[in-house]
Amino acid sequence: MTAVSDPRQMAYIAGQASDARVNVEIETEGMTLNIGPQHPATHGTLRIIVKLDGERVVAAEPVMGYMHRGYEKLSEVRTYPQVTTLINRIDWLGSFANEVPFILAAERLMDVEAPPRAQWIRTVLFELSRIANVVLFLGDMGVQLGAVTPVFFAFRDREFVLNQIEAVTGGRFHPNFDRIGGLKDDLPKGWIDETKGVLGRIRTFCDEMEDLVTGNEIFQSRTRGIGVIPADVGLSYGLSGANIRASGVDWDLRRDGDIGLVHDQLDWKVWTHPDGDSFARYWVRLQEVREACGMVDQLLDGIPSGPVMAKVPRIIKVPAGEAYVETENPLGIMGYYVVSKGDLVPYRVKIRSASFNNVSITPWLLEGTYVPDVVSILASLYFILGDIDR
Amino acid sequence: MIPLSSPDADTTADTDEVQADPTDEQRDALVATLADALGSGLVESHVEPGVDAWVRVTADAWVETATVLRDRCNMTYFNFLSAVDWMPSPYGRDMDAQVDLPHEASDGSDAPADAFETGVAGGETRFQLLARVHDPVGHVGITIKSDLTGDRPEVDSWIGVYPGVDWHEREAWEMFGISFRNHPNQVHLYLPSHFEGNPLRKDYPLLARRVKPWPGIVDVELMPGGDDDAASAEEGDAS
Repeated sequence: MTAVSDPRQMAYIAGQASDARVNVEIETEGMTLNIGPQHPATHGTLRIIVKLDGERVVAAEPVMGYMHRGYEKLSEVRTYPQVTTLINRIDWLGSFANEVPFILAAERLMDVEAPPRAQWIRTVLFELSRIANVVLFLGDMGVQLGAVTPVFFAFRDREFVLNQIEAVTGGRFHPNFDRIGGLKDDLPKGWIDETKGVLGRIRTFCDEMEDLVTGNEIFQSRTRGIGVIPADVGLSYGLSGANIRASGVDWDLRRDGDIGLVHDQLDWKVWTHPDGDSFARYWVRLQEVREACGMVDQLLDGIPSGPVMAKVPRIIKVPAGEAYVETENPLGIMGYYVVSKGDLVPYRVKIRSASFNNVSITPWLLEGTYVPDVVSILASLYFILGDIDR
Repeated sequence: MIPLSSPDADTTADTDEVQADPTDEQRDALVATLADALGSGLVESHVEPGVDAWVRVTADAWVETATVLRDRCNMTYFNFLSAVDWMPSPYGRDMDAQVDLPHEASDGSDAPADAFETGVAGGETRFQLLARVHDPVGHVGITIKSDLTGDRPEVDSWIGVYPGVDWHEREAWEMFGISFRNHPNQVHLYLPSHFEGNPLRKDYPLLARRVKPWPGIVDVELMPGGDDDAASAEEGDAS
């Protein structure tokens, strides 16, 4: 290694460099870059075609359908209890939460209400799904920005939550536990105390994330002011969940929706952030995990006694009618528009999944950003491909 | 509170009129605003007090409805857009359920094409658009329906009002064959570009069920490969 000291050599290098610059300026035609379908930021198989001008994105077009399973069609040939098996697999990281709005829609059509104990346990499992889901996001967000440690922490601690879900439902990812009129089973013995222990671990995890990620200078500079979504744009695209709350919209169906869960009996807070950037989305989710821990804590203390199943016929026929029920799922608003003709099977089920709307903003959002930010923006929008493709 | 209703009773379907006593000022006002703005564009409306609201508008008033909802009713949140095919499937329910065979026979393929019944807020045509918008401040949502005529219906796109409708309209286009005028990029969303047919139409067969009929809702499934399995499959096809 020799330092360049000869002035003639310096002049030569400078000349080369200016040539290179000229070349770059001449070649201004865009480049098309394929991100995915198997990029780790996509939680499944989403392909994004980005047209680049240098490092800047001129246009981005997501291509979906690699995982389209046609659940809306399949639901039309399955009885109501069988449909929950399918919808478990929509957002596979928070499966139990998927079942809830569908079951609530069927219950509304049948005019059945689950007994209080079932509603409380439902809410517990609903929030545990949220913790299991969003904890993984918090770790994953780090990975997308080059920090690998958080994801190991996330996988480690999420396992405890999944164990608790498994102890009740028998399934780590696909519980298939919610029934029209209540729940399949009651809580096992000793579960409440164990779960409280797990909540402690999750709280510790959140503190670790604060230490490791939130305050990190690189993380901040890669996320602050990146991918800003103004509230009105977010609303017109139908964004929901933490994505819209990070744009300062104070709206959470757990508080504002008239749904059949017991969030209204708990003491908790809806977190919002005024910035609307990637950091805000991360930050709101981190607070929501903490808030969910607090909710589960209160829920576990107040589970009423009684049956977990209302009286419903063994073969379920849902009276004719239409119902739309949406809940605040880990990824955002998930709703089912159920059309019944008084049959054993739904006539039509429209699945309104959160990620579909959340990702539909990407062509607008990615325009004008830089390539490395594409990944961090996608990660911060947080979608599950099963939730887009259905 | 545990209301133990019997879902078997057919009377539950008409309870809307019976319990018309509770009023829903917020949703009633919403429907009134729409009626005022759209005039004859609003065909029918239905408010279930404290639960939900539906309106049915003409296809010509489809975009105007969205504009009115967004600008006058603060429905700034676009929720979803889809469609319903009200023509019963010529294949029945593709269910070999033993409990309901007489019913299955009644909606067989010989039913006349115009003999379908539609849902809340009525309907006259086979295809019905279905969309939902929400007021994120007043916390009220509304479902908008619109009848579309013809086998390849066309309607104006909402894209100028709610940009988020883009993918939903593409999905409705490929799944139901409903075209949206002024949509900038009406191409397949989920399905490959050479795909033919509209899978969510009721007359589009679910091939998995054609190839191997569903065992039905019996609890005990036969072992695969057994003779009984094949026999029951044939039986299912015959019914």
